[in-house]
Amino acid sequence: MSEENCEIALTVNGEMLTKTVNVRQHLVDFLRLELGLTGSHLGCEHGICGACSIRVDGSVVRGCLMLAVQADGTDVMTIEGLTATGEISDLQKNFVDRNALQCGFCTPGMLLTLAELLRKSKPSSRAEIREHISGNYCRCTGYHAIVDAVETTINDRLGEN
Amino acid sequence: MKAPKFSYSRGESLDQVLMLLNEHGEEGQILAGGQSLMPTLNMRLSNPKILIDINHLNELNNISLNDDIVCIGALSRHSEVGRSPIVERYLPLIADAIPHVAHIAVRNRGTFGGSVALADPAAELPACVLALGGTLVLQSVRGIRKIIADEYFLGLYETERKPDELLIEVQIPVQDPSALSAFVELSQRKGDYAIAGLAFVGTLENQLIKTAKLVYFGSETKPTLAKNTMAVLTNTPWDDKTRKLIAETLGQDLDPMTNLQGSAKMKLHLQKVLTGRAIDLALEKAQAPR
Repeated sequence: MSEENCEIALTVNGEMLTKTVNVRQHLVDFLRLELGLTGSHLGCEHGICGACSIRVDGSVVRGCLMLAVQADGTDVMTIEGLTATGEISDLQKNFVDRNALQCGFCTPGMLLTLAELLRKSKPSSRAEIREHISGNYCRCTGYHAIVDAVETTINDRLGEN
Repeated sequence: MKAPKFSYSRGESLDQVLMLLNEHGEEGQILAGGQSLMPTLNMRLSNPKILIDINHLNELNNISLNDDIVCIGALSRHSEVGRSPIVERYLPLIADAIPHVAHIAVRNRGTFGGSVALADPAAELPACVLALGGTLVLQSVRGIRKIIADEYFLGLYETERKPDELLIEVQIPVQDPSALSAFVELSQRKGDYAIAGLAFVGTLENQLIKTAKLVYFGSETKPTLAKNTMAVLTNTPWDDKTRKLIAETLGQDLDPMTNLQGSAKMKLHLQKVLTGRAIDLALEKAQAPR
């Protein structure tokens, strides 16, 4: 039994929904085109640039390397949902304060990837931060300001505890 | 770009997947983590008639220790392998290799079995499995068969796996904690395709390298054992003379291919440099207090 269209039921940013998808549609096209969630960006569409990074069942993944039909039964979180939870509001503020974005195209993917690092709640060296975002291209900032913003966020969080 | 048209079937059980593979043969494509398959679909480099999704076969997602063998289920994600206390303790070579496997978002989804089954020439894990003398367990409706890694990797993306077979598990003998082990790789950006790299395991006795196994990736069409160089390293002190000698013999073992990551000549040079670094690193680790 195989299909070219499938019905899927999933949770996106906390909201449960059911949709029929074409099986060749990847998850980010589904989020952008079917749900209007345009915060997840499409850069290279083959897993190199990281602009499409989203959270699926608690782990950051490449949204362009997963089919929408594979998201059946999963819990998907995009930058829109993550922002609404406030989980990384301090990181987002530090990005703005430190000018860690210019054009902003990489930023949602960068933030989703970094949210996974921040959940470890332990100190990270600048080298570790750089390694963690090694799969996310930024063509504007040269990364330095991004690493600064992450480092400040980690230090502030550890200072509060 | 967007993927071509295909149909999709979600495997709900191992039996069902094996039947689908039997039915569709070469027109079917197994979809595991999809971290190599999906890019080739999006770039229209592959055109399967049907994708057979194995992500719901939870029985293939586990890592266990059975006597002196670590069994890694084919669907174990790279991140899970990297976090596994069993792998960290008993397979340090693989624990060292995992951080080189792409980036965090790809490691969260890509699978151990997918990497080994595909046999990308730049992939880390096929080289590790060959260096550690692993065994691949393949299953089809015809039954189960086991193949040693030495006989599995045949050429560029060419393996012993038949179209109706599914790699279900990789079995790897535990590493001796006192033995030599090092994984080194060069890439343009951490996690990118390897330009050159090798997995080295060996044993040390009275300050002599007693045995050595060297498996190269990135430069060759498949994970490649450097047999001449391994012979030179056997029962040998690691001194300047040996260092020089292996740089000469490595040219007989390797036949690097030129690709986007570099020329054949440069890759051979880099593999020579990396070999020295790998052995230095392994000796340093073996002599460090545990």
